[in-house]
Amino acid sequence: MHQSHAHQASRLQLNGRGQLKHFLSTEGLSRELLTEILDRAESFLDDQGGIRNVPLLAGRTVMNLFFEPSTRTRTTFEVAAKRLSADVLNIDISKSSTSKGETLRDMLWNLEAMTADVFVVRHGLSGAPHFIASQVTPQIAVINAGDGRHAHPTQAMLDMLTIRRHAGAFENLTVAIIGDIRHSRVARSEIHALQTLGAKEIRVIGPRTLLPKDFELLGVQVFEDMTAGLADVDVAIALRIQNERMESALLPGSSEFYGLFGLTRERLKVASPKVLVMHPGPINRGVEIESEVADGPQSLILKQVNYGIAVRMAVLVMAVEGQLQENGQ
Amino acid sequence: MSALIRYTGVRVIDPATGTDTVQSAVLQDGVVVALGSAADLLVVNETQAADGCWLTPAFVDLCARLREPGPKQHGTIASETRAAAAAGFKHLVLPPDTHPVIDHGAVALQVIEKAAAAGHAQVYPVGALTKGLEGKSLASMGGLKAAGCVGVGQARQPVASLDTLLRCLEYASSMGLTVFFSPEEAALASGCAHDGFMAARLGLTGIPETAETVALASALLLVEQTGVRAHFGQLSCAGSVTLMRLAKDKGLPVTADVAMHQLHLTDAAIDGFNAMAHVRPPLRSEADRVALIAGVREGVIDAICSDHQPLNAAAKLAPFAEALPGMSTLETVLPLGLKLVADGELSARRLIEALTSAPARILQKPIGALGEVASGVLLIDPAQAWQVTDDDWLSVGRNTVFAGQMMTGRARLLS
Repeated sequence: MHQSHAHQASRLQLNGRGQLKHFLSTEGLSRELLTEILDRAESFLDDQGGIRNVPLLAGRTVMNLFFEPSTRTRTTFEVAAKRLSADVLNIDISKSSTSKGETLRDMLWNLEAMTADVFVVRHGLSGAPHFIASQVTPQIAVINAGDGRHAHPTQAMLDMLTIRRHAGAFENLTVAIIGDIRHSRVARSEIHALQTLGAKEIRVIGPRTLLPKDFELLGVQVFEDMTAGLADVDVAIALRIQNERMESALLPGSSEFYGLFGLTRERLKVASPKVLVMHPGPINRGVEIESEVADGPQSLILKQVNYGIAVRMAVLVMAVEGQLQENGQ
Repeated sequence: MSALIRYTGVRVIDPATGTDTVQSAVLQDGVVVALGSAADLLVVNETQAADGCWLTPAFVDLCARLREPGPKQHGTIASETRAAAAAGFKHLVLPPDTHPVIDHGAVALQVIEKAAAAGHAQVYPVGALTKGLEGKSLASMGGLKAAGCVGVGQARQPVASLDTLLRCLEYASSMGLTVFFSPEEAALASGCAHDGFMAARLGLTGIPETAETVALASALLLVEQTGVRAHFGQLSCAGSVTLMRLAKDKGLPVTADVAMHQLHLTDAAIDGFNAMAHVRPPLRSEADRVALIAGVREGVIDAICSDHQPLNAAAKLAPFAEALPGMSTLETVLPLGLKLVADGELSARRLIEALTSAPARILQKPIGALGEVASGVLLIDPAQAWQVTDDDWLSVGRNTVFAGQMMTGRARLLS
């Protein structure tokens, strides 16, 4: 069952030689390929942890197509593209333009006329980047910058880079993801990446209203209680809780959530003594995480931001290369 | 008087009379005039060897969208009845959610006349239960009945309150009309895929089984209260089979159908965001599929329908949730049914019954039986292989998950 899912998930993403040509999901990609993304990303980091300028995409155009507002992710993609000397076009596509009757596909045809090499796509609907990748002219690489609840593969890979650099080999790690798993594209992409990279154990922790149906089938341990879920974990990843969850009968309120599922120093006492704390940001202090934990010595939250640029550079370069291989230019 | 044609060595399956034997049959003008030794003795104009073939009543479909009345970009009465006839269907029930809605006798009459003019298959409209299908006030059910509607229903549109629904059922009962339900609780049905692991994995909003069973259970209680005759269509889950079994054991005047594709596909088909597999009710789990087949086998589910919903190409060219739900299914019903027979899931006779005499009984029409003049007769070659390609497909809607696949089994209406 897992194999066939992996096949479906990788079919669109790889060229005939098994190289990345779109980056839509961490699901279905091989350990070698995910490791290559991490290695490439590391090569863009200098000794001080800064980012090198590498003109690998000089003369290429990266188009940021954001159907959903996002300052942080868009900015890191923009910085990553510029570090690679690519030209960047930011196109903010408000929801209204598609609701005016122009279909997504019509819009794509218009955008393709502007000749881009890469579409970086953020969309509110799960599967939208898959759809775009299946419809665009062949030489354009599509990078998923977050689709609905489905996937946010570059965020997941920057989290993997953070874990590899600071927590060590995946084989030894128990990783817990805490909070709104149901609505989280980050959690899904992290789970697939952690599995492929060989993490010892993956846990998700949250109340039933925030847990996806039958997620055990994905091969993760599901906990509805923090003390049990955090026991002996090496990495704890807290997810952002959106305010709208409180209004839609999923949670009674932020203080109750913090009381039961907030990542606090007290709660972390059951975790491994060297536990590392991560959060994809932006953080809600006092909702999903205690300030002292977010700012404490075990927190990698600020490091995550910096690695994001390197990972996005790696993915941009690999996808463009994969397209060139396939289309023989 | 037109020619008498004898088919020899044909397997005659006529569930209305319990017939399932290999024999000869003589037809004239699309009506069986003699069977067995009588057919062998009759002087005929022509004899055709039909060894390996089946002779059955023409199929009766309890739910087919024809996209007319409406904007017609997804199909017309002419295009879809032509596809239906080529696939063995001579009788089609049209749900009332057309544009305009079938909430007035004139619309129903227009549908019936257009189908008659096209000449491929007979169309039986279901009238709206409420005006404009808005779920608020009673439609003119008396007028709808007089115009030829076989029943009334809401398609998949909600009714404002259970109180309104209760009044609708009481009134329909007075009119002697069957109420056609496609049970769905709107508040639980805002998603786009079965609420299971596949939807969770793909990050799609789920529709739980309770979206169907909650609506079905409350409808069954109101049916019990009012005594109205009710038909529950396009059931999708095991829980609905259980509820229908209880209702029938209680002796309620209820019947049910399931769409053929629900007996074959599960939510595994939506993997890779396959918009062609976006249907409503959604494709559910393997356990649901198995329970639905058992329901058909045991007769808890009386009939199998197509739930035909043709769509043009643009309707599916969108991210999964925004692609319009529905599959063009008329042309794959027979081969998919024959596959159930080949797999030992259903007997040939039960399959043909679920496509002919069972739906005819629900409609209370003299069709679906070889002895009925209006029935129509099919010659089925259960071994004929064909491929689902544009060249071999008549519906305007090419929206099928089976595109490109090989199918086995073809039907021909005998005239």
